[in-house]
Amino acid sequence: MNAIIALSLFGISNLFLGFLKNRKILLPATLIFILVAFGLNLADWNHEYSWFNNMLKTNNLSINFTSVILLATFLVVAISRHFGDDEEHSHPAEYYAIMLFSAVGAIMMVTYENLIMLFVGLEILSVSMYVLTGSDKRNLRSNEAALKYFLMGSFATGILLFGVALVYGATGSFDIYGIGIAVTDAKAQMGGQYGPILMAGIILILVGLLFKISAAPFHFWTPDVYDGAPSIFTAFMSTVVKTAGVAATYRLLSISFPAMYGLWGNPLVYIVGATLIIGNITAVYQQSFKRMLAYSSISHAGYLLITVLAKRPETNSSVLFYSLAYSIATISAFAVLIIVSEAKSKAGKADESFDALNGLAKNNPFLAFVLAVSMLSLAGIPLTAGFFGKFFIFTDAFSNPSSLFKGILVVAVLMSAVGIYYYFKPIIAAYMKKGDTDKIEISPIYKYTLILTTALTIVLGIAPDLVKKLF
Amino acid sequence: MLTISLILLPIIAGLITLTTKGENAKTIASVFAFAEMVLGAYAYYSFMPNANTQFATSYNWIHSAGIKFSVGIDGISLILVCLTTLMVPFIVLSTFRNNYKNPHVFYALILFMQAALIGVFTARDIFLFYFFFEVALIPVYFIAAVWGGENRIKVTFKFFVYTIFGSLFMLLALVYLYLQTSGIAHKADFESIYAAAKSLDITQQSYLFAAFFIAFAIKMPLFPFHTWQPDTYVEAPTAGTMLLSGIMLKMGTYGLIRFVLPIVPAAVDKWGMIAIILSVIGIVYGSIIAIQQKDMKRLIAYSSFAHVGLMSAGIFSKNTDGIQGALIQMLAHGINVVGLFFIVEIIQQRTKSRELARLGGITQTTPNLTVYFIILMLGSVALPLTNGFVGEFLLLKGVYQYNAWIGAVAGLTIILGAVYMLRMVQKSMFGITSRITDGFSDLTFSEKVVLFPLSFMVIWLGIAPNMFLKYTEPAVNQLLSIIK
Repeated sequence: MNAIIALSLFGISNLFLGFLKNRKILLPATLIFILVAFGLNLADWNHEYSWFNNMLKTNNLSINFTSVILLATFLVVAISRHFGDDEEHSHPAEYYAIMLFSAVGAIMMVTYENLIMLFVGLEILSVSMYVLTGSDKRNLRSNEAALKYFLMGSFATGILLFGVALVYGATGSFDIYGIGIAVTDAKAQMGGQYGPILMAGIILILVGLLFKISAAPFHFWTPDVYDGAPSIFTAFMSTVVKTAGVAATYRLLSISFPAMYGLWGNPLVYIVGATLIIGNITAVYQQSFKRMLAYSSISHAGYLLITVLAKRPETNSSVLFYSLAYSIATISAFAVLIIVSEAKSKAGKADESFDALNGLAKNNPFLAFVLAVSMLSLAGIPLTAGFFGKFFIFTDAFSNPSSLFKGILVVAVLMSAVGIYYYFKPIIAAYMKKGDTDKIEISPIYKYTLILTTALTIVLGIAPDLVKKLF
Repeated sequence: MLTISLILLPIIAGLITLTTKGENAKTIASVFAFAEMVLGAYAYYSFMPNANTQFATSYNWIHSAGIKFSVGIDGISLILVCLTTLMVPFIVLSTFRNNYKNPHVFYALILFMQAALIGVFTARDIFLFYFFFEVALIPVYFIAAVWGGENRIKVTFKFFVYTIFGSLFMLLALVYLYLQTSGIAHKADFESIYAAAKSLDITQQSYLFAAFFIAFAIKMPLFPFHTWQPDTYVEAPTAGTMLLSGIMLKMGTYGLIRFVLPIVPAAVDKWGMIAIILSVIGIVYGSIIAIQQKDMKRLIAYSSFAHVGLMSAGIFSKNTDGIQGALIQMLAHGINVVGLFFIVEIIQQRTKSRELARLGGITQTTPNLTVYFIILMLGSVALPLTNGFVGEFLLLKGVYQYNAWIGAVAGLTIILGAVYMLRMVQKSMFGITSRITDGFSDLTFSEKVVLFPLSFMVIWLGIAPNMFLKYTEPAVNQLLSIIK
């Protein structure tokens, strides 16, 4: 929990560091800040603490999610090496500070005990993201993305807040455990008949959260925003924001509303199905690597939501494993995209399509290997973490006896096959197509970060128990 | 420990090969492949002819989910381990005259592939099996897609998506079975799965049957799931084609024996007829197309499609002869097809063509090549005293016991096989020397090193098939006792 306080302070100190002449210190300082927060976070391991009059509550699950968020933040910051180089982003300190602040919001979203904290966390995260999305100030698409994200995002948060108010009206509590008790009582007294206020409240909260996770049909902002934002922040959005959103949804549904599974379970199954189908099928038609990753993030939201639905004790670790596997693979992919498109724009041909990757295996075999591993992991092929992520999800989902669920599994399996189709496009471009023969040089920090993500992907693909046995 | 070493040695060898530069990779890879062959031979000689799983080792792998890294060899595994360890050295040797770009990666991928294949054939845990089953696809995909022919990108991509699509259904089936194992803590080893499968009703079995059948039918491939196969075989570099047809398609037949028969016997009773009919259609259809092929590599690809149809028909006939025949035929087919593809490669290297119409008259200058080609061809045609005969005879006997009519149609394989194989040899080797076959030089030493042992095995297995059959029989009988 001290991580939240520490990160907020670090964010502010980052702003002050920006006054220094020596900008080179910013990146290492931010990385150290995140590592310190990581350590503080782990200090609470195996203790359940309530903080600030039951506003936040840490347990091992929330600590694990916080670790994933901090790891993702760390990796994204690490690959932002060249971010402050151009005129456009001449004050990188602000961006680093905002990233730290949004990490604070994300951590609040996975540790909240009071719905107010969920709202505050979500707002901290979202407002930071609106700013970061628009940080390419002179780029029209970046501006469009920021405006779009801001308008739609504010609506979604408003809807969520409205839902929180209704749930409070129905149960008399903001506390997720308190709500859980009230709901169970209501079930016992009224035999499964809930008032319309409670039901409307749950649905509105879910809409707000599903918007942040970019599940269909609340996904329309995703491709444009992901495409318009600078790649580094797209990587941040598709990992940190998604993990936080799924963890928050999971926390709420599994603690407050398990008794009302009948109400939200079936609609969510259809939402998962729609998300999987829309995300995967649309990804097939993309010509831009970045846009493909945007749609792929929609589809992974679908897989992640399956775990939210599966009622099984092991589900905790499955959500966590999947978000970890997904985050590191996505960051690898974005890092390759950033490096390649940087090299392309230096050569005067800015390009974020698959063609930009042509001949990568020759220009830089290491990058091509990193790309291949991350794509295989996202596609869920064995030897990579992504395979076990999918495997645990399928196992959890299969233990749910409902036949609707068996249907969704078949959809998920078919869509995994579709996924292979588009995840192989970059691999084919990198290994089998000929490109222009410029060698691509990468700086050491990229190299070490990518070695870390790739090694982690493979290690988790061989020994998933390293994460699984944390529970 | 022996089994683990069989899996680890190629991995280590592959990693060492990766670090080498240039042409050394060939030598290192072949040395390790022969070392692996020695290990395989050791496994063969120390194997006790009974139904037990031997050289078994088991470690906790994913402890929280009850999944183990559990490997061992029984009679059925043994024959496939022997096939893999025997063939890979010759596949490596067969590439000695080729100069691939990035040879260290190429040979490392072959060795990784070998490790994955041994893993598939020795796994005693369903998820470990699945893990290797999928992992085996990655090296062969890259071998075919990077070093293959002109259309390789499209063709290999189709192959990859097609096979993964099939295996995803198998994954669902395996997860379902895993959840059927008793207790809160589920288990995934074969014994627990077999035990849990006993309580499945016919509806559950039918779904599981469908899922497994799709996965394995695509892998082998059976009619009508074969459309990826001829193109992939033609486009892949010959070493890749050998791996695919010689060893990898046996993953499908092995899966049928290991999973479909013991786990869903009632569904096999109910739906087995359809599977056999599809297999037999494949035999006739594949043979007829093979007769019309102009390209030698494509011809052998279709012949392989026809042969695997017979293996699957034999397996689904569910009797000792059928399964024994399928097992010995897996080995025999592996040997023959690797040899035949190598001969096609030799002809292609010298003449730059595989087209039957442009070849002919090669025998004039090549007594050695002709002898080896004819021995391998006869093995493939299933002439008595060759390895193909033992397998096909047992298979046809098995299918005939199951249903005489189907047995009769399946028997066409012998006639049609003779037609397309003899046609191929006649058109390519005999007749008038063409422009491109003029001055065809005979085998070099390194080519003989490959072809002599392969041809020797064709005859030896034909004379003494019992050297393998006696090891597989107890395991097959035990399997059949589970079914009944």
